[in-house]
Amino acid sequence: MLRLQPNGRQLLQQQQQTFPTVVSTIRKASSGGTLEYDSPKAYKLHMLEQGPSTHVSCNREEGLDFYKKMQVVRRMEASANNMYKSKLIRGFCHLYSGQEAVCVGMKAAMDKNDSLITAYRAHGWTFMMGVPVTGVLAELTGRKTGCAEGRGGSMHMYAPNFYGGNGIVGAQVPLGAGVAFAHKYRGESNVCVALYGDGAANQGQVFEAFNMAKLWSLPCIFVCENNGYGMGTSTQRASANPNFYTRCEYIPGIWVDGMDVLAVREATRFARDWCTSGKGPMIMEMATYRYFGHSMSDPGTSYRTREEIQDVRKSRDPITSFREKVVQANLATEEEFKNIDNEVKKIIEDAENHAQNDPELHVDELYSHVYSNPPPGFKIRGCDNFTYKEISK
Amino acid sequence: MKSVKDLVKAHGSIILLRRSLSLTTRALAEKTITIREAITQAMDEEITRDDRVFLMGEEVAQYDGAYKMSKGLWKKHGDKRIVDTPITEMGFAGIATGAAMAGLRPICEFMTFNFSMQAIDHVINSAAKTYYMSSGKVKVPIVFRGPNGAAAGVAAQHSQDYSTWYSQCPGLKVIAPYSAEDCRGLLKAAIRDDDPVVFLENELIYGQQFAISDEALSPDFVLPIGKGKIEREGKHITLASYSIGIKICLEAAKELEQNGIDCEVINLRTLRPLDEDIIKTSVKKTHHLVTVEFGWPQCSIGAEIIARICESDAFDYLDAPPIRVTGADVPLAYAKTLEQNSMPQVSNVLKSVKKVLNK
Repeated sequence: MLRLQPNGRQLLQQQQQTFPTVVSTIRKASSGGTLEYDSPKAYKLHMLEQGPSTHVSCNREEGLDFYKKMQVVRRMEASANNMYKSKLIRGFCHLYSGQEAVCVGMKAAMDKNDSLITAYRAHGWTFMMGVPVTGVLAELTGRKTGCAEGRGGSMHMYAPNFYGGNGIVGAQVPLGAGVAFAHKYRGESNVCVALYGDGAANQGQVFEAFNMAKLWSLPCIFVCENNGYGMGTSTQRASANPNFYTRCEYIPGIWVDGMDVLAVREATRFARDWCTSGKGPMIMEMATYRYFGHSMSDPGTSYRTREEIQDVRKSRDPITSFREKVVQANLATEEEFKNIDNEVKKIIEDAENHAQNDPELHVDELYSHVYSNPPPGFKIRGCDNFTYKEISK
Repeated sequence: MKSVKDLVKAHGSIILLRRSLSLTTRALAEKTITIREAITQAMDEEITRDDRVFLMGEEVAQYDGAYKMSKGLWKKHGDKRIVDTPITEMGFAGIATGAAMAGLRPICEFMTFNFSMQAIDHVINSAAKTYYMSSGKVKVPIVFRGPNGAAAGVAAQHSQDYSTWYSQCPGLKVIAPYSAEDCRGLLKAAIRDDDPVVFLENELIYGQQFAISDEALSPDFVLPIGKGKIEREGKHITLASYSIGIKICLEAAKELEQNGIDCEVINLRTLRPLDEDIIKTSVKKTHHLVTVEFGWPQCSIGAEIIARICESDAFDYLDAPPIRVTGADVPLAYAKTLEQNSMPQVSNVLKSVKKVLNK
């Protein structure tokens, strides 16, 4: 019998207490054309007198849009899971399934010129930052139609204003503060969202970034995606203080129910307003959950029970719970959702087709893009003394 | 005219004394500047020229630079362009790299490159590799600069030479200048370059005066990255070196001249990409090669040069095996005699040249 780590059970119980069903509240509150409800336990505050509004809402269009996007991410990751098992994807593959409300909710509150940087659990964010599903799946299978032409793979996907996809735990946090520095330097009213996990939250460079971001009032939202486990180590076993939103004594923080897409959006609006009004950085902790293991080589059940995973799926899944709320508010029917599901299915299938059939880059391309500005006559050595490639700009 | 002693008392600085001497004793004075001045000017000019360029590092602003390399810049350009950081290399190297990814052009100063080890993940994984990994989508136009190698009496932890570590990594450009002209032209080129550059200075020669032409003092003077220079022409033996190594090569060449040995001294200027053609051409002329550097011998720049010569047709032109002069293969001691004998001296070069020439 698998022994559940004490903290896993506590985590589950804690979460179940925090989220009473809000069915009747929704029916009452949503009268025409909107889903609205109160979620008093959606936030916890650190060094803040007031927080985001606990009254959240969305209209029909937004509701369907959020659902569709979350479903695309969910199905895209399911496809990646299958392709990895079929050996079409190699190396590392870290899936975002379960965390969809965070990327969809946050992006909904971001301006189109805001920047974002995250770690390696990046596929959902890559999609939300503008890369089509084909660009993600074909990158995973290493094809030239991938968003980095197959050079980067799972952990190194990029798009305008999206700085990856970073493989080294914690490195993305000072990089994100640097992007925020650039926004401020140029007088732009934009933020950089710099994400990291509960595992990365103890990295020294994270605190170095906090210090400089506060000193220089950088418009940076530091977001800890706390899914309970840093690889196989629970938050209780890794962090002397696992309340990540309180980890900085001089930067205000908000803990957010990361499974509620509307709460995530509302909290992000609040944080964005804070950072763009010259008040400096803010920290957010998104309480979320990942269904798969840390990566494809981790079954995810040696440090937590299947029961825990199933309980979260049943009671707190960000997609099904949101769908229920939208239906209860009479914003859309089950039929319409089924249609969306079919649309999503087609999008994924089309992308899979490309991912499985498009060609890889020609082998000569292994020498390209080492420098953006190669000196004249620059040549790169291959694997032996008889293999050199001349590079011209 | 004040006496020399009065000048020294008044200014207390060797640099100014030498400046005064050269002004008064050489009527039509050839212009000279120190390496320090060359670097300060280069940064000043590039910060003035391009809004996106800024300097970040410990003590660079209000302190004028730990080694006074940014003297006067904060007063002139202000807080926005000259940024003092806390003592957190990993953090500020990451911030500078992120700013470069987002389109600014930072100069990130490491007080010495010994402290770059705290931040080396950002230099290599965040800066050097990103253009490749993103298939050309994300450029990182950053310059990491600072003093590299031994100073005087600062002991092992403050004396390491990082030339070989950084020059190994594709995606970086690694520059190791010698003269004031090298520093001006190559630092300006580095700042204008869209790729990440590691710029390795040397603290022991910051105060050394060099003659400099008007052309080299002009604001758009840049030198090509990846091209070496023949610092001294010769026909009997090639001495390939860089940075402070050039100093002892030139001193050795002067002595050897009296013995009828004519040395060609190649100043590599850039370590990556390495200008192997200039070395090969020289070796084909002189038929003899000695490499000179201050870093440790194992996996040294000299080892790389010799490997490349042996792998090329230049090998057939050698009349003797090529050999290296390097620092001793030990952490650097503090005691003066130990320290001096752990670093290459003119005598090491003389011995090696004579051995190679069988004299």
